[in-house]
Amino acid sequence: MKMSLSKFSKSTVNMIQTLLGLALTYIVITIVSMTGNLSHSMTNILAQLCIYAIIAVGLNLCVGFLGELSLGHAGFMSVGAFVSATFTHAAADAIPSIYARFFIAMILGVLAASLAGFLIGIPVLRLNGDYLAIVTLAFGEIIKGLLNVFYVGKDDNGLHMSFVQDNSKDLGENGKMIINGAKGIMGTPHVTTFTISMALLMICLVVVTFLVDSRTGRAIQAIRDNRIAAESIGIDITKYKMIGFVISAGIAGIAGVLYSHYLSTTTASKFDFNMSILILVFVVLGGLGNFRGSILAAVILTLLPELLRGLSNYRMLIYSILLIGLMLFNWAPAAIEWRARYAPKLLKLFRKDK
Amino acid sequence: MIMNNNNNLQDENMLSIRDLSIQFGGLRAVDSLSMKIKKGQLYGLIGPNGAGKTTVFNLLTGVYRPTEGSIYLDGNDITGKSTAAVNRAGIARTFQNIRLFGELSVLDNVKCGLHNNYSYSTLSGILRLPKYYRVEKEMNDKGMELLSVFGLDSDANTLAGNLPYGAQRKLEIARAMATNPKLLLLDEPAAGMNPNETKELMETIYFIREKFSLTVLLIEHDMKLVSGICEELTVLNFGQELAQGKTSDVLNNPEVIKAYLGD
Repeated sequence: MKMSLSKFSKSTVNMIQTLLGLALTYIVITIVSMTGNLSHSMTNILAQLCIYAIIAVGLNLCVGFLGELSLGHAGFMSVGAFVSATFTHAAADAIPSIYARFFIAMILGVLAASLAGFLIGIPVLRLNGDYLAIVTLAFGEIIKGLLNVFYVGKDDNGLHMSFVQDNSKDLGENGKMIINGAKGIMGTPHVTTFTISMALLMICLVVVTFLVDSRTGRAIQAIRDNRIAAESIGIDITKYKMIGFVISAGIAGIAGVLYSHYLSTTTASKFDFNMSILILVFVVLGGLGNFRGSILAAVILTLLPELLRGLSNYRMLIYSILLIGLMLFNWAPAAIEWRARYAPKLLKLFRKDK
Repeated sequence: MIMNNNNNLQDENMLSIRDLSIQFGGLRAVDSLSMKIKKGQLYGLIGPNGAGKTTVFNLLTGVYRPTEGSIYLDGNDITGKSTAAVNRAGIARTFQNIRLFGELSVLDNVKCGLHNNYSYSTLSGILRLPKYYRVEKEMNDKGMELLSVFGLDSDANTLAGNLPYGAQRKLEIARAMATNPKLLLLDEPAAGMNPNETKELMETIYFIREKFSLTVLLIEHDMKLVSGICEELTVLNFGQELAQGKTSDVLNNPEVIKAYLGD
């Protein structure tokens, strides 16, 4: 095993280990749930864990490798969610197979989220500094505000949209609303399963790892480490920032598509600033530039509130204390020193046992 | 000097600067500077602190846009081009305060320098198409070859930020050389080096000039290095040219001595 792995770069080896871990987790959970030992609420949350892991991986590409802070990734997620769910409803008659519809909806959702990232990137990625954080923050809020007053209905004449008022009365016979303002999209078919989300998480992980470990990824990291030096060796700063940011937004779109086909009701208010911050917390606690850490943090921090549900009112109190503890363990100089001193010893013990 | 027997005058100059000036508010940091560097020459730019030497480098590499004047590289006008475009035209540089990609390995730093000369699309990188493996292998080979020129091949997998100071300076030159420049700008390459390291650096500069038939323009305070390797000098003082010519003549010029040592 070691011989065959040494051919690959360190990041590829890391990725293969993470993929094996994910596959193993998937098999174990499938067996447990098949034998009926998994509670209903746990079965429900599995897909959500994968969705959060996907968007955390996507945001880590932006924050950890591109070095640009995005405070509006929930906005890209909602673009993917609404575009795909609208398509799933609108094409219900044209394409009867729900999986075929979901597949096309996925592509449309990702394209729409990437396009949103591209449009934001055109003015902002030319600038240096923290402008992207401010603009993405505004983007998330604007998208939420717009979708809250967005009405789309469908009748025999096609689609009808309005940003002004509920246009359900204008629809002809057989007409029905798809996007209903603040009430959102209701009755989206529940296509997202644990299997589909896990498969997409693995694909996203492979894509970002291979991207980072390539000519493009090196250029992106060079810009993060030293913009002036990167320019001086002929790297087109705006182009590579754009590639990184658009891919990151596209991955957020994947998460959004999955999310809208996971919830039966998709509302704009779900994708608010708190969600963007939550994703950023996954990335920061998991470690900038560490995709495996992002996945672990997303899983742990999504499971924790569920596991602590029994403590009712103290739940969020304990959750926040755990957050602080995790942060200290990850970043405090004393903790880093402690880990550096004891981790090799622990590993040695582990090897002797073998 | 080297190319004196070259009949074609057009081809003789690698870099020619005409009346270059830049104004920052009320300060004229560089004032009508003219300079000609012949192909294959080792040319020095010296002057007291604050004379505007690094500003000249920043003008040459497109970091600043000159207020007046023009810059020709190998006969092509590169005035006002962006930094990346200037590099693609053939100028590479190092920095006074080292600017490496600290979180990348030594080899990856050089491979960043190879970015424009070895190309494959983002998609073939993500999909790991055969082209990815072929070009990456070429880049690794070329990168290791360059690193061995600078004696850094044994540190190829170290993070650039963890290298000792002298090695970081050398890696910066290696990265600049990876872009395959015609003209290399070195901003105080010997700063912070001990005499042994400086001597080794001089040999390396000589070596790469011969090996890659390079033209070198360097800023330096270490007079031993300047008098040791530079063939011609320009002395700057308060943004203006104080003296220009052969190294030995310039260094004995009373004006230059006055500027450096005071009255």
